[in-house]
Amino acid sequence: MAAVVQLQRQFIEYTTSLYNEGYLDDQFTQLQKLQDESNPDFVVEVVSLFFEDSEKLLNNLATALQQKTVDYKQVDSHVHQFKGSSSSIGAQRVTNVCVHFRNFCEEKNLEGCLRCLQQAKHEYILVRNKLEALFRLEQQILQAGGSIPIME
Amino acid sequence: MGLKMQANGHGHHHLVAVSLNEQQLGTKRKYRTYFPRTNQGKYLALWIIAFGFAAVYVYRCIDEGHQERIEEGLVSMCDQRARMLQDQFSVSVNHVHALAVLVSTFHYYKNPSVIDQETFAEYTARTAFERPLLSGVAYAQRVMNSEREEFESQHGGTIRTMANKEPSPHRDEYAPVIFAQETVSYLNLLDMMSGEEDRENILRARSTGKAVLTSPFKLLGSHHLGVVLTIPVYKSKLPPNASVRDRIEATAGYLGGAFDVESLVENLLGQLAGNQEIVVKVYDVTNTSDPLIMYGRQTEEGDQSRTRVSKLDFGDPFRKHQMTCRYLHKAPISWAATTTAALGYVIVLLVGYMFYTGAIHIVQVEDDFDTMQQLKVRAEAADVAKSQFLATVSHEIRTPMNGILGMLALLLDTDLSSTQRDYAQTAQACGRALITLINEVLDRAKIEAGKLELEAVPFDLRSILDDVLSLFSEKSRHKGIELAVLVSDKVPQIVMGDPGRFRQVITNLVGNSVKFTEQGHIFVQVHLAEHSKAVHESKSDTCMNGRSDGQFKTLSGREAADDRNTWDKFKHLMSDQEFPFPTSQNVTLMVSVEDTGIGIPLHAQDLVFMPFMQADSSTSRHYGGTGIGLSISKCLVELMGGQINFISRPQIGSTFSFTCVFKRCEKNTITDPKRPNYDDLPTSFKGLKATIVDNKPVRAAVTRYHLKRLGVLVDVVTGIGIAVSDSDMILVEKDVWLSNGNLINVTKSGKMILLATNITGTEFDKAKSAGFSDTLIMKPLRASMVGACLQQVLGMGKKAEQGKVMANGSVYLRGLLCGKKILVVDDNRVNRRVAAGALKKFGADVECADSGKSALDLLKLPHAFDACFMDIQMPEMDGFEATRRIRLMESEANDGSKSEWHLPILAMTADVIHATFEECQKSGMDGYVSKPFQEENLYQAVAKFFESKPTTDS
Repeated sequence: MAAVVQLQRQFIEYTTSLYNEGYLDDQFTQLQKLQDESNPDFVVEVVSLFFEDSEKLLNNLATALQQKTVDYKQVDSHVHQFKGSSSSIGAQRVTNVCVHFRNFCEEKNLEGCLRCLQQAKHEYILVRNKLEALFRLEQQILQAGGSIPIME
Repeated sequence: MGLKMQANGHGHHHLVAVSLNEQQLGTKRKYRTYFPRTNQGKYLALWIIAFGFAAVYVYRCIDEGHQERIEEGLVSMCDQRARMLQDQFSVSVNHVHALAVLVSTFHYYKNPSVIDQETFAEYTARTAFERPLLSGVAYAQRVMNSEREEFESQHGGTIRTMANKEPSPHRDEYAPVIFAQETVSYLNLLDMMSGEEDRENILRARSTGKAVLTSPFKLLGSHHLGVVLTIPVYKSKLPPNASVRDRIEATAGYLGGAFDVESLVENLLGQLAGNQEIVVKVYDVTNTSDPLIMYGRQTEEGDQSRTRVSKLDFGDPFRKHQMTCRYLHKAPISWAATTTAALGYVIVLLVGYMFYTGAIHIVQVEDDFDTMQQLKVRAEAADVAKSQFLATVSHEIRTPMNGILGMLALLLDTDLSSTQRDYAQTAQACGRALITLINEVLDRAKIEAGKLELEAVPFDLRSILDDVLSLFSEKSRHKGIELAVLVSDKVPQIVMGDPGRFRQVITNLVGNSVKFTEQGHIFVQVHLAEHSKAVHESKSDTCMNGRSDGQFKTLSGREAADDRNTWDKFKHLMSDQEFPFPTSQNVTLMVSVEDTGIGIPLHAQDLVFMPFMQADSSTSRHYGGTGIGLSISKCLVELMGGQINFISRPQIGSTFSFTCVFKRCEKNTITDPKRPNYDDLPTSFKGLKATIVDNKPVRAAVTRYHLKRLGVLVDVVTGIGIAVSDSDMILVEKDVWLSNGNLINVTKSGKMILLATNITGTEFDKAKSAGFSDTLIMKPLRASMVGACLQQVLGMGKKAEQGKVMANGSVYLRGLLCGKKILVVDDNRVNRRVAAGALKKFGADVECADSGKSALDLLKLPHAFDACFMDIQMPEMDGFEATRRIRLMESEANDGSKSEWHLPILAMTADVIHATFEECQKSGMDGYVSKPFQEENLYQAVAKFFESKPTTDS
């Protein structure tokens, strides 16, 4: 039992740190609220979707920006997608990068776009790792027979 | 795009306002004029000249009468003198006539004559008084040349001439004097016909038979002017129609006398009054071209301007005489006329000048007024322009500001040295402050530009007040301030109004109080305005602040600024007695926020509600803030139909109070399913009994209020010793407990709960050891928080309760969405999944489409969807286009059939700018929800049309 409490505390601390450091925002909480008995794996499901989409989009972006003549319209629509999905799960920092990315697209600033792509990748990987760690922690708690603490 | 449109909108509006104002400026105000507006000087001159003439005319009119009187005076005096002179003269002439008769009677008719020189002399001497004007009379006999010798011998002398008294030379006829009065005895035997004057006289007299006069000449023996009167004496009585020849034949002699005209007139004038005033002259005017003077000096004297000539008739038809009168002095100027005219003229001049200056002044004032009016209009236009400018600019600043903040956030995530991090964090804090300020300015500008509209939705103001309190609970705990809210029982549970704006006002007031209060309390009260007014009026004689034992009966025991909030009145307000409030549609609330802060300096109290005015610059340095909040609050309160004012005493505190008008909620809506705006308080405490141990009645009332809301029956006691043991819980204030802490232990029957504003480590340890470890409620109290604590303390199922609370919030939404078939259109998988998840959670049956095209396929009529959530930005066909096509399909279908197809379509958009909403409506959408999905947003959007169109199939 003590282990569960330990894990729960760890979970809370970890989640709080994710919020405090700006990786996640309120939208993630909303997402968690949507998860209930009828839909137990909702968060994981959505986040997995996000991972899949993101990787595809990042690849697309990388190829689009390597073209001789960059189609900024297309790049912009990819970034828009990326921004939409990241904001839906509350990956705040990714969303922020996307905002700047789109600005560079508008200016047709290739250098800025490339830099943003790097940042986006970086942030995406960060948040993926963080979320995966979080899910692992959840699994551990559930396996230990505890319940996931609800964050205020 | 949205921003630009809005900006253009503003600009247009602005132009309209300005042009309106210019129109107002253009129409110069028309005055009804009763006086000339220009050339007043000319009018004044005209006035002066016109009345100058009038004055002269008036003078003439008055003076004419005066002159006439003078003239009349002269005429009457002159005529009087002439008549008297004539009378006197004719009296003398008559007498001489009588002498002539005497001579003819006694000298010629009697033979021999009975008159001799002696008799004549004596008689004339004795009757001389009858002829005062005649120096003497004499009788000359007609002697023919043939009779001369006989006559000379008879009288013993020769006939001598008058000139040299020599014996007369030979002539046809002589007229020697035979009788003479003694005074003229030297005339004896002088031939009267030898003098030119006398001869003419004699000839004329005998031919006419009347008394005749000579022209004036110097009399012998005196230097006076005189005339000689000659009357013929006939030998026989002549018939009245005798011819001239007969008369000459019958002539016997001539009686003559010399009139001393000068003495005559002198005497006469001496008898009359007013002699000095006039100059009298008498002329012989027989020869009109050469008038001979008989009396008066030859020189011109007296007033030449006015002359009266009176005719004199001395009985000689041949001779004509006249009297001329003049005033000696010029007639004096008529003072009455002069003064009347002059004074009148002066008055008229003054009146004219008065009108002149008056007109100039009025014109001046009117011109000034016009100028002021124009300036006022311009100032107002400038004010409107300012507000619009502020609104526009603030809005435009917000967008880049968000970028700046985002970049700063990104910057903070990079590897920074601690100094750099510090700089970036400072910049971020400043940016946030700026955004807050801009939002406030925007709010104010919106209000000023009249663009702020209030909502009217039902809400529970108690829960709003609890929320506001929770915002400040951290700060107040930190400062150790007692923060409390109390709503009167008479205030309805649910009212209709704008909860957001109400909250904004309360937040602002409480925020200010928290900012400026270091110790004591902040107390928010809500009462019915009518009730509170009635109580204040009925109880005006209570003592200041209900002071007793050095403590004030306020929340924290410190003095408060507003004396009216005494405990006595408070008791009345809280008493259960029925207050017969009017059952009108509106409910007016009186909200007061009382603090014990630093107060507002007296000199700054007038400026409190002016934007950007803080008490002084040091205040803003010390406490921060822009000072715009109160002005916004004032505007909001006024929009809500109320008034805000305050009482403040420096170093004691301030009490802000405002009224606001809400609509009463109808009965059926009160029983409606619960909404997020309503408070969800657990009902499991109904019927429990609690005892509050508190020596401060106001504080106890607050605790009681929160417990009552939970359905708990409450007793209040002032000391622990009195605490009754049959209650389920005993709530003890920390200070009461500390003051006699050792005396009590946990009672068996009820749970002891400690209430505290703040607690130190040692106090906490002490409480823990006393058994309060789990039963400590930190203030500020909120019903929901108290409920949660009680659940914990009383060991009720926390988890179940929590779940219930969670569910309750969404019950309403669930009721709306349950069983509805909803289409979600979004090209983004993740978004789609999240939206679907959210809607499913509320019981909706969700289907998804990943593009506008597939949505169109799914929505081919007939379909079974109740609503559609549509992403706007999608490749190929965006949300607007898709919606337009859906609407087109629907209208085609509606044309033919009776059924009315209209699928509610809600846009999902990340940027919630107002313009987007307009675009949504333009393309036929019913509303929008912001992305990512949030429960409250979803509720507002969905409620809007599901509520108004309750579907029958659920």
